[in-house]
Amino acid sequence: MIATRDAYGQALLELGRQNPKIVALDADLSGSTKTAQFAREFPERFFNAGIAEANMVGMAAGLAAGGLIPFASTFAVFAAGRAFEQIRQSLAYPRMNVKVVATHGGITVGEDGGSHQSVEDLAIMRSLPNMTVLCPADGPETAAAIRAVAAYDGPVYVRLGRGKVPVVFPSDCNFEIGRGVTLRDGDAVTLIGTGLLTAMALDAAEILAARGIQARVLHMGSIKPLDTELLLKAARETGAIVTAEEHSIIGGLGGAVCEALAEGAPAPVERVGMRDVFGQSGPAGKLLEHYGLTPASLVAAAERVVARKRPSA
Amino acid sequence: MLSQQTVQKLEQTARELRVDILKMLHQSQSGHTGGSLSAIDIMTVLFFHQMKHDAARRDWAERDRFVLSKGHAAPALYACLSRAGYFPQEDLATLRQLGSHLQGHPDMRKTPGVEVCTGSLGQGLSQAVGLALANRVAGRDSRVYALLGDGELQEGQIWEAVMSAAHYKLSNLCILVDCNGLQIDGFTEDVMNVGPVAAKFAAFNLHVIETDGHDVAAVAQALAAAQASDRPSVIVARTVKGKGVSIFENKAKYHGVAPSDEELKLALEGLGAAS
Repeated sequence: MIATRDAYGQALLELGRQNPKIVALDADLSGSTKTAQFAREFPERFFNAGIAEANMVGMAAGLAAGGLIPFASTFAVFAAGRAFEQIRQSLAYPRMNVKVVATHGGITVGEDGGSHQSVEDLAIMRSLPNMTVLCPADGPETAAAIRAVAAYDGPVYVRLGRGKVPVVFPSDCNFEIGRGVTLRDGDAVTLIGTGLLTAMALDAAEILAARGIQARVLHMGSIKPLDTELLLKAARETGAIVTAEEHSIIGGLGGAVCEALAEGAPAPVERVGMRDVFGQSGPAGKLLEHYGLTPASLVAAAERVVARKRPSA
Repeated sequence: MLSQQTVQKLEQTARELRVDILKMLHQSQSGHTGGSLSAIDIMTVLFFHQMKHDAARRDWAERDRFVLSKGHAAPALYACLSRAGYFPQEDLATLRQLGSHLQGHPDMRKTPGVEVCTGSLGQGLSQAVGLALANRVAGRDSRVYALLGDGELQEGQIWEAVMSAAHYKLSNLCILVDCNGLQIDGFTEDVMNVGPVAAKFAAFNLHVIETDGHDVAAVAQALAAAQASDRPSVIVARTVKGKGVSIFENKAKYHGVAPSDEELKLALEGLGAAS
């Protein structure tokens, strides 16, 4: 178990050692977002904006215009929310080479409550032209994703979490922007996860297998661009889809999958996620249960969607 | 101090740039007249006297950078860039047309010589702070100039950026405020009073210089004083919206209205140029 934000802090530090063009910014949350390690080793390449996210994003844009590769971090709710228009105008519109790495996405923020739990950031960021949106599953994939975005020229939004999450990927895994990963094969239904819900999709597939339902499991660490080829193939071969995310069912993974399927390979879909509600205070584990973000919910959703499958021709 | 000859040359350049601005706005029948005319003397001194830049070497790392935070004065920027050789003067006639590289607001991906995208007020200064930090990280001896409107000072992000400029002691950054006293809805002091402007910047610990924004010698002197400072500077320039065209001067109406045929004729006569 490792938190994706911890993997980010380490990966950023290593990138900083390899490439003097890497700079980091934060908005008074460097201890929480884990940019503090980079700040300690490279104080001349770290810029704290204070509690001023809009200016942080603008400064990052200027640093990129000056030829550097900025990583700007704060909590997801402030990055995608407070600084939205700065991300739109100063990053996405000019295709600025800035990486917004937002931690504390979703309800597993826990006790701080709904004001600090972003359930809409993926939807907001996905709607912006030129923007790449990533949501890695675990520590190793986060490290690989951070290396991939550093090598990619353009604006990226990476959503990470607060708590420790199970490890899904090997430590030497690769991350390719725009590519999904098949984690388990099956032909009865496809479970598609992003972020920490991918580990739950794997657990759900085990339970379903015991009930005689062979579920395919895909991980979409790249929400945009979405791997529509892998998605449409799964829809055609399994005929039923379940999406799972620590995010609103509107506009995030579930929304993106439904859009792609409706145009490319219509199939019944069940979306597991926050059902158009804000979160609240509580321990992360209890919140996940309360809002139905559990393997059991995925199993139930899979059984529902299998029952809705079209009779095969 | 500038020589009399240099002053006269800059004044003549500014007059010609005013003609370019009016003609391009008249051609497009869309765009911001008043704020382009209030800023053009300051921009003339920057582009044709103060700044280190070269249209033939657009990616010259050591160049000084100009950020038009009040992006709606794009016609003034395009007139300067074209005259400085970044693109042909005939392109000015395509302002705001479909397919033109001259967008309604400055676009770094389309227009040669434009450093960043601006137009949403309040955002350019933060980018200028980032550029100044990048110069420091890269060890470049280059300066960054950001031109703001006084109405733009109503945006909270401006003050976040001013705070950060002072915090990071960005002596390589010079802010210029085109204080024409007007914004779309009327006089700035009626819409939302931003004064006292100089005192506010001083309170943020910037080196404040006040000047007449239409006196090219005074602007040049202010820029030299800014460059000599060990702190980030702000030049608070008193200007007149629509300056140089008497029928437009100090009228909020001409914030976002292009000249008509008759207005262009009168304006060009006033500037001693044939239409």
